Formats: sequence, C-alpha cells, structure tokens
Amino acid sequence: MSGPNDNYDPKQVAALSAESLDAMVAAALEAFAVASDPAALKEARLAHAGERAPIALANREIGALPPAARKDAGQRIGAARGRITEALAARQVEVDAAELERALVEETVDVTLPVDLAPQGAIHPITGLIDLMSDVFVAMGWEIAEGPEAEAEWLNFDALNISADHPARGESDTLFVAPADSHVVLRTHTSPVQIRSLLDRPLPVYVVCPGKVYRADEFDATHVPVFHQIEGLVVDKGITMAHLKGTLDHLAKEMFGDIRTRFRPNYFPFTEPSAEYDLECFVCHGASVGNPDAPCKTCRSEGWIEWGGCGVVNPRVLEAAGVDSSVYSGFAFGMGIERTLMFRNNAADMRDMVEGDVRFSRMLKGESR
Amino acid sequence: MRATKSWIAEYAALPEGLDVWQLADALVSAGLEVEQVETIGADVSGPVVVGRVADFVEEPQKNGKTIRWVHVDVGPEHAPDVAPGPLAKGGTVEHLPGGYFARGVICGALNFVNDDHVVVALPGAVLPGGFAIGSRKTYGHLSDGMICAEDELGLGEDHTGIIVLGDTDDEGRPWTPGAPALEAMGVADDVLDMPVTPDMGHCLSVRGLAREASQALGVDYRDVIAHQTTAPSQGGHPVVLESPACPLFVALTVEGFDPTAESPSWMKQRLAACGMRSISLSVDISNYVMLETGQPNHCYDADTLQGAIVVRQAKPGEKITTLDAAVRTLDEADLVITDDRGPIGIAGVMGGEDTELRDTTTRIVIEAANFDPVSIARTSRRHKLGSEASRRFERSVDPGAAYGAARRVADLLIELGGGRLTAETVAGEVPAMPTQVIDANLPERILGMPVDADRVVEILTASGVEVVRDGETLTLTPPSWRADLVDPYDYVEEVGIKVGYDHLPSVVPTAPVGHGYTTEQKLRRAIGRALATAGFVEVLTFPWASEADADALGLDADDPRRRTVALTNPLAETAPLLRTSILPGLFGAVARNASRGADDLALFEAGRVFFASETGENAPLPSVEGRPGDDELEAIERAIPWQPRNLAAVLTGAWRPAGWQGAATPASWTQAIAFAEVAAGVVGVRLERRAASQAPWHPGRCAELVVGDEVVGYAGELHPSVIKAFELPARTAAVELDLDLLVSLFDGAGNLDPVSGHPVAKEDIALIVDESVPVAELQAAVVEGGGELLESARLFDIYHGTQVPEGKKSVAFALRLRASDRTLTDADAAGARDAAIAAAVERFGAELRA
Repeated sequence: MSGPNDNYDPKQVAALSAESLDAMVAAALEAFAVASDPAALKEARLAHAGERAPIALANREIGALPPAARKDAGQRIGAARGRITEALAARQVEVDAAELERALVEETVDVTLPVDLAPQGAIHPITGLIDLMSDVFVAMGWEIAEGPEAEAEWLNFDALNISADHPARGESDTLFVAPADSHVVLRTHTSPVQIRSLLDRPLPVYVVCPGKVYRADEFDATHVPVFHQIEGLVVDKGITMAHLKGTLDHLAKEMFGDIRTRFRPNYFPFTEPSAEYDLECFVCHGASVGNPDAPCKTCRSEGWIEWGGCGVVNPRVLEAAGVDSSVYSGFAFGMGIERTLMFRNNAADMRDMVEGDVRFSRMLKGESR
Repeated sequence: MRATKSWIAEYAALPEGLDVWQLADALVSAGLEVEQVETIGADVSGPVVVGRVADFVEEPQKNGKTIRWVHVDVGPEHAPDVAPGPLAKGGTVEHLPGGYFARGVICGALNFVNDDHVVVALPGAVLPGGFAIGSRKTYGHLSDGMICAEDELGLGEDHTGIIVLGDTDDEGRPWTPGAPALEAMGVADDVLDMPVTPDMGHCLSVRGLAREASQALGVDYRDVIAHQTTAPSQGGHPVVLESPACPLFVALTVEGFDPTAESPSWMKQRLAACGMRSISLSVDISNYVMLETGQPNHCYDADTLQGAIVVRQAKPGEKITTLDAAVRTLDEADLVITDDRGPIGIAGVMGGEDTELRDTTTRIVIEAANFDPVSIARTSRRHKLGSEASRRFERSVDPGAAYGAARRVADLLIELGGGRLTAETVAGEVPAMPTQVIDANLPERILGMPVDADRVVEILTASGVEVVRDGETLTLTPPSWRADLVDPYDYVEEVGIKVGYDHLPSVVPTAPVGHGYTTEQKLRRAIGRALATAGFVEVLTFPWASEADADALGLDADDPRRRTVALTNPLAETAPLLRTSILPGLFGAVARNASRGADDLALFEAGRVFFASETGENAPLPSVEGRPGDDELEAIERAIPWQPRNLAAVLTGAWRPAGWQGAATPASWTQAIAFAEVAAGVVGVRLERRAASQAPWHPGRCAELVVGDEVVGYAGELHPSVIKAFELPARTAAVELDLDLLVSLFDGAGNLDPVSGHPVAKEDIALIVDESVPVAELQAAVVEGGGELLESARLFDIYHGTQVPEGKKSVAFALRLRASDRTLTDADAAGARDAAIAAAVERFGAELRA
C-alpha cells in the first residue's frame, strides 16, 4: 500500500499541512469570536465553514494526495472541521443569547401606562349592598321575595293593621296614586311584600324583601323621598322574639363585625311586641353619653344608633293573610339600605345616593361592588 | 313630650344621686325614645349669685334714657375689697351691716326697689352665648357686674326688666345674698325630650312618665290624679252629651278668680322648659295641668257661655272661629262643643274665640272631657289643625283622669289666683276597659325567654292591670290609662318590656332548605354585573315624570308611554306623574354629571316604570278579619299599575377618551346597541335588529331589538330635537329595554354538544350589494346558504369607492367551515362557500367581487 507518490505536488497539498489547517482553524475561531451579532456570525460561518471556505477547498485537495497520505490528511482535516463546527456552535449560542438579551432590552415598555380594557363601569353601591345583604339570608336558606312599588292600599296598610285613621296614611307621609279613591299608593315600606308572601307561599315562610320605597319626605342630607329597605319575615311554628334577635345579631355581625346591639321597645302596628334594633355608636362607642364635653353628632350622645324596626308579627296581620295565628307565629324586621350604607361605608349625605354622580357609583371596592 | 327631671321626681321617688342619664335609660327601657337631654343653666358658668338691692340713684342720660347706679349686697364672700363709688357725688360709702362693702353696678332696668332680691352676674361669669362679665367703666362709674334679666340667663324670653325674686324661695326660705342664684331659684334642672309612639299615649304626661320611671327603677310612685271621678251630676254648668264620641265631660265652676294674678316663676320656668310660652295665669295653669296629667282641658269665661254646653256632631255648614283666629267650616263628622249660639269649640282639638278667657274673667268653667281617639284624629286631619290636645286625644287620654285633672286646674286657679270651687258637673262616666283572657304561658312562648306565670302576674299587676288568675288562665283588665292593652300580644309586650329585652336569648332559627335566588333574580343580577364590567355605570334616579317629559321625548299622542300614572299629592307640581321611561331620569343625571365636569358618560339604570291599569278599577279594601277572597285579590292586581322593570342607558362624550394608544372613540349608537347585546348575551338570546322609527330616537339611527317576535327594546342615537329639548350633548345615544321581558325569554342554559376536532377551512368572500341592503340581513342569507358546514361568517370589511359601482357597497365576510365528523375536502368547502354566495345572490342580487 505504501510507496512514493509520484504525482506529489507540494504546492497543491500545502493546504493540507497541519500548519495550514491550524491556521485555518485559528482564522475561523478568530472570525467567530469577533462576530458579535447573528449577521456577522453568519458571514463568518460562510467565510470559514461554508462551501467556499478555505477548509472546504482544502478538503477537495485530499484526492490529490497519494492514497497513503489521504488517511492522515483526512483525519487532520476532519479534526480541523470539527473544531470549527464546535466553535461555531458555541459562538452561535453566545451570539443568540446576546441577541435575545439585546432584544429584550430594546423591547422594554412602560408598564405603568394606562391599559383599561373597557371604560370603568360600576353597579350602584345600593344595588351592591342589597345583593350583599340578600346573600346573608340566602346562605341561611331564606328566599328573596319581591312585589310591586305602586301597591294596593290594603296591602300597604290595612293588612298590616294600620287602620284607616293612622297618621301614616295621610298625604303628608304617603304618596297616593290618582284618582283619590284608587286605593293605590306608592308603597311606604317593603312590608306589603310580607303580606304577598303569606298569601302566595306555602308555610313556613322565610323571606327577605329588598326594594324601593316612597315617602312624602323632604329631600335633604338625611331624607330622600325614594329609598330602599330590606324587610325580613319568618312565619313558622314556635317562632319567638329570641329568634328575631338571633337573626338580627347574625345580620349585624355579617354587616359590621362584632358590635354591641340592643332591642329598644317601640311601636309598630304590624308587630307586637315591637322594638327598634340599635347598634352601638360606631363613632363614640358610648363615650359621649352623659359627657357634654365630648358630644357625639352621630348618635346625638345617646351611645346607640337606630338601625331598623322589628318585632313579633301581630296576629292580626297573620289572620288578615289567612294564617292561623293559634298555630303559627312569626317575626319581621326592616331596615334602610341607605342607612346601612351610611354605617358601613361612612356615606354622609343621602343626596349623593340619588343624584347619579358617577364618582359616587364608582367608589366602593371588593365584594361591595 | 318634653318633661323636666324635677317634675318627674315630684311623683316618682327617684333614688338619691340618680342622674338624668340613668333616668333616661329607665325611660328608654320602658319603651320611650329619649331624643335629647338638656340641662338648664348648663351654659351659665362662674359666679351668678343672689343680690339684695342696698340702695340706688337714678341718673338720666343725655339720650333720654335713665339708668340706675346701684349698690347691691352680694354677701361677704363676693364683696369687693374696696368701697364702690358713692351714690351721690362726693358722698361717702359705709360698710353694709355685715361689715363688708356692696358692689356698684350700672343697671338699665327700673323694675325694682330697695331690698328687692335680684340675680347678679359677677366678673368672671359667662352667660349663654359666651357673654363674659367683667368690671368696666360705664356711664361714669365702675360697674362691677350685671343684674340679670330672664333672657340673659337663658331661662326664658322676658327682657322687660330684670328678674326680681319673690319674698322667699320655693321652699319658703329667705334669700341669702351671695348664694348661687340658679340653685337658690331652683331652676337648675334637666329636660328630657321624648317622641311618644301611638301606643304610649299615657306618656304624654309627667304622670305617665313618672309611673314608667318608678316601675323601671322600682321606686315609689304618687299619682297626681288625687280624685276619682264622681257619679254623674249636673250641679254645675249644665252639660248634655249627644254623641258616643264623648263618653265623659267634667265641668267645674270657679268663681272669684283674680284675672290680674300672675303666673309664679316656677310655673313659667317649667312651661318654658317643656316648650310652652307663658300667656296668663289661667292659660298657664291649663297647660301645666295638661302636661302634668295628660288631660287636655279648657277654661271658658262662664259669663260668655249661653245656655247648656252640648257635645254633638257638627251640622253641615256650621262655622267656628277657633282660638288661632281662623274661621273653619265644620263637617258632620266633627265633634263640637256647643252652647245656645252654636259651636264654641272643636272637641279635643281647639277652643273657640267667643268663649275665650278675657283679662276681666272672674268666673271660669273648667272643661276636662274624654273623646274618641279616631274622631279627634279625623277632625284634626280634616282641618289640618293639630294641637297639644289633639295629639293627646289621638293617642287616647285616660278617661279616669278627667275629674282629677279638672280638680287640679281648679286647685291651682284658687291657690294662685284666688276664688273658690263653687259647682261641679259630671256628665257621662268613665267607660269600662275591655277584658282579655290569656294563657299565662303566652309571654314565655312568644318572647322565647323564661317568664313564669307568677312573674307575669306580678309585672302586669305593677303596670296597673287587674289580674284574675285561674291556674294558667289570666283574666286581665287594663287600667283606664292603658287603652293600648287590648290583644293578648299587647300583654306579651308589656311583660317583655318590663322583664327587659336585654334578657332575650339570641337564637338563629333554622329555615327549611330554600331554593336560593330565582332564575330571574340571578339573571338580573348577572346583567347588572356584566354591564358594569362592560363599562357602564349604574345610577339611581327618581321616578317622577311630567307631560313635558313626554312632549320633549317626542311621544305621539297615542304612544303607550303616555298612559301614565298620576299622583294625587306629588312632591312637585311640575312632576306629578310616574315614569313610563327611565330615560328622562338618566338625562337629568347626565346634566348633573356634566355640571360637575364629567362629560364622558355611560350611565344605566334598572327600575320599574309605571303604566296606568287598563281597566281603571279602584283597588278594593277587603276586610282584615281573614284572607280576602280570590276575587278581591284579583281585583287588587287589576287595579294596581302595570309596572315592569326597564333597563336603560345613556351615552355621551367619548366611550373611550383619546389616549396614548390612539384617538378617542366617541360614544355613539354602537355602544347603545352593544349595551343591549351584553344584556341579551347574559340571557343567552340573540337580538335581531331592524331599522326603526321610534321616539325618542333618530329615525335613521334607531334599531328595534327583537327576539323571535317580541320587541324587547330600542337603541340608537337620540333624535336631534330630543337632544335639544333635554339640553344634551350632540349625538347622545340611548337604549331602553323591557328587562322583565328580556329575562323571561331565557330558555335554559342549553346543551354542551361535542366539540369538533376536525380542522377548519377558511374562505373569504366579498359581495357587492346595493347600499340599502342591511348587513345583518345579508349576513343571515350567507349563514343560511352556507348550511351546516358554515361555522361562522364574520364581517371584516365594508368598502365603498372606486372599485365598486356608485350606490353599491362591498361587504366582506370571513367564513369558517367545518364538519363535526370529517375533515372537509376542498370540494366540500367550495360547495358550502358557493351555496352561501348563491343565497346572497338570490336574495339581494349580490355580485361576488373578484
């Protein structure tokens, strides 16, 4: 196999010498190293690892070698190409990484720019609070009852044991639907829904009735002629005033957290016994009572603020709705949603609630929205 | 009801050291609301003392006024170190007999003489209104304090002269110069102000308050009514009762009364503290006894009465001039006090002018009667005439107190004005109270706290109830002052209050399983939340409306929205109707926001609108003795207005204001329609849109929104004349939907069909059609033509211009085609696409744009 290579041309095969190959490798590595971006690296790749690169040209010379020298040369050139390819790949990773790094920096945005998906909408705080309070009762298994706002006088008054001569039935308190003898009023409370519930639903009844009510009231910081109440009614066997207290204490806790409460005797025609449900004053916590040096405007130095009225359903009301009061008893309560909103979220002026200012509607956060 | 602590303490033996707040607590626990507590003299501080006028001189001034230069003895403790200036120029000043000096004070009043006792505010005192007293040089003297008038101390309104104290204090002791004056005068007192509920009529009196306080505090009580009503007699002025609304009338005659006698200061002070002005001794006594006993009473000048007093119903057309100088025409339902000439008083409400006491009256007939609460309430309302008397009678006055109160008036007239009680008439009698039988366990059963039968008996007895016990059965008769104790539960409440609600346990009742919110309730809530998320702001507006609103909306004469409901007593005459559209209210909110600088608005409201009932029937007032009949309940439903919930929005300004990402998106008809689509999307129904001409919208920019064959509402840009009439920004858009109708169209949540995993084929088509062809209809044709394989056809371009003929437009859709069971071949896709095009060609003469 071995023997002299008669056609040996030193000039042509000089490219395959170890020195020459080393130089090619060195040149390639040098070119790769200085290529700092993908384009430069591509150029360097074409120049040093492409089809017309010196090493590729050198490879074609192998055929010119005597067979005995081909193997050596082949190994040499393979090793040289390996070194170039490896260097190229390594450099490619570096350049790509650098390129990504640069792009990431270049693509930086100001993340503090406004990015509203849609204009900022809102439900009204009153709606939100009605839902929140309704949820408390639905969680207890109660249902939500509703009724008309222009309501029959019989349902708004008579059936609730409010006699024809009660002052609340005067024009200074109640808004009447014409003609004068229509016997239809704008409901003055959500209580007619109690009667509707007793007329329509099978016993026992556990309902709350949130909704709009109307009074012939002045319009000022603490009075609006149209406002909202939530009314509760339970009629079942064995219901007591203690159940009323338990229910309201639960609601108060859900709405205000741990807070002192009390029943204060009062009078309503539709409940007997009747009471006001008072909450400890949020502002002075009772410290203003008997202390003229530190008066409290919120509770007028009484230490308590009135939340709502309540009581045991008057048996006359049960009978008017066809419920046998010797078998069933019940309780009812009602409170103002606006008032509750004032307590919960410090709303100070009731006018804000009905004037439709978008800033008011947008103010609450979280579960109250 | 205003009452002072000292007055209550006259009849309830309040414990030593009980402060007014503890008294208030006791009254609150009894069922009263204590709205306010005031302390008389609380705004007076520093030395205000009793003084004795030692001597004075009068000094006329150049301005015509005369002042007095007074030496006043204020006791050794408050005496000045050095002598005051002499009364006469160049005179000398001696020590007072006690070995100290008087104080020199300038006084503008002339109503006192030497040795009168007066009230002196010394330097360092501060009077109501922050008026600080000091020594000052005035009228040529050093005035070392001030002699006070009533108003300067906040004790009343009198400023006609300084206060001259009587010979002794109320206890009969001589005055001591230098003693704290307010205490010595007995005016330091606390006033409680209490609104009284209808069932607490007995607490419209010091008598009732003292009774409740004594029961709450467990202390002794003395009844101000010292005399029981005597048997009927006509010994005095003749009285005839002709109406069952007056069961009892007491008339006592006092003769020899001195009409010039003045009211004592203690009486004036109590009346002032309770909010009543002092008028004259006889009127003051009448008021004082009313406050004290709760029995309204009236004093007639006996010499002006003509014949017997007859209590009867008024005759039609009868007139009376009441004490407030108003001439009133009476109604047959009014109860009147009459004599031979006709009505001399509206019973229980107000007396007449003719028989009013005069400043010469020496013979007085005192009336104390009892009247039916309902009759008095109706009369008071009919004549819009409320009085202290009617307020009490409406809440029931103790008939057992009539005679005793009349005697109290007579006693005070005689004590303070002289004369004697000469004759008595008692017409009628004290009506019997209704007896009730209850189970002794009822209070415990209803209250839910332990109260045994013995305790029930004890409590009710202490409240004045006559209790007959037979085992567990109690037969109860309330005292005459407790007209509120009628039903068994009234007694339950009485027991509950007296045990104290603080003792109630707190027990949450266990409800049976419920159904939670109804579907409608869930959908309405979801719609509100979805609209808020979409960028609309919910507001609440008043539902008042007017004809002017309907005109401004451009509603036709026969528009159903003119079938309004009117109020008989609207809050404003300019808005006497209930709304049939939410929009005008929202327009008002737009204006309010705009006036506060917010112009880019997307407001919505959900609420009821009201349409007059079609039958025009009045609602019946069934009996309350049991469930009304179904016919009556149906009649009620027919009579009340139809009041569906509407959902409406108004858009002005920019939907999206100009920002860094681009120019503003103006609010327009598109968002109004989008609003409806959001709501319909929650319900899961597809709104079809048709061009419509409907007030108050722009006839070329209004969509009728239809589901199936139901019109659920309208949306678009408002009519320019509506915009002008309501002064809204140009191009304001609006939408109004029948929310109840929309929600009722919910047809279940639907099925979860298998999702095809086969690939989608996409084809774009552009169709040239007449400008007038509605895109929605063209799209519907494409969808229909595309058949089952067409998954969606999305509009992606509308082109007008040189590439299409005049009067035409090019409408481009991106079609997505897919089969559920196979991969579509090119032929499948082309077939479906061609079918879609063919439908458009057939229906609208569409031409495929190359």
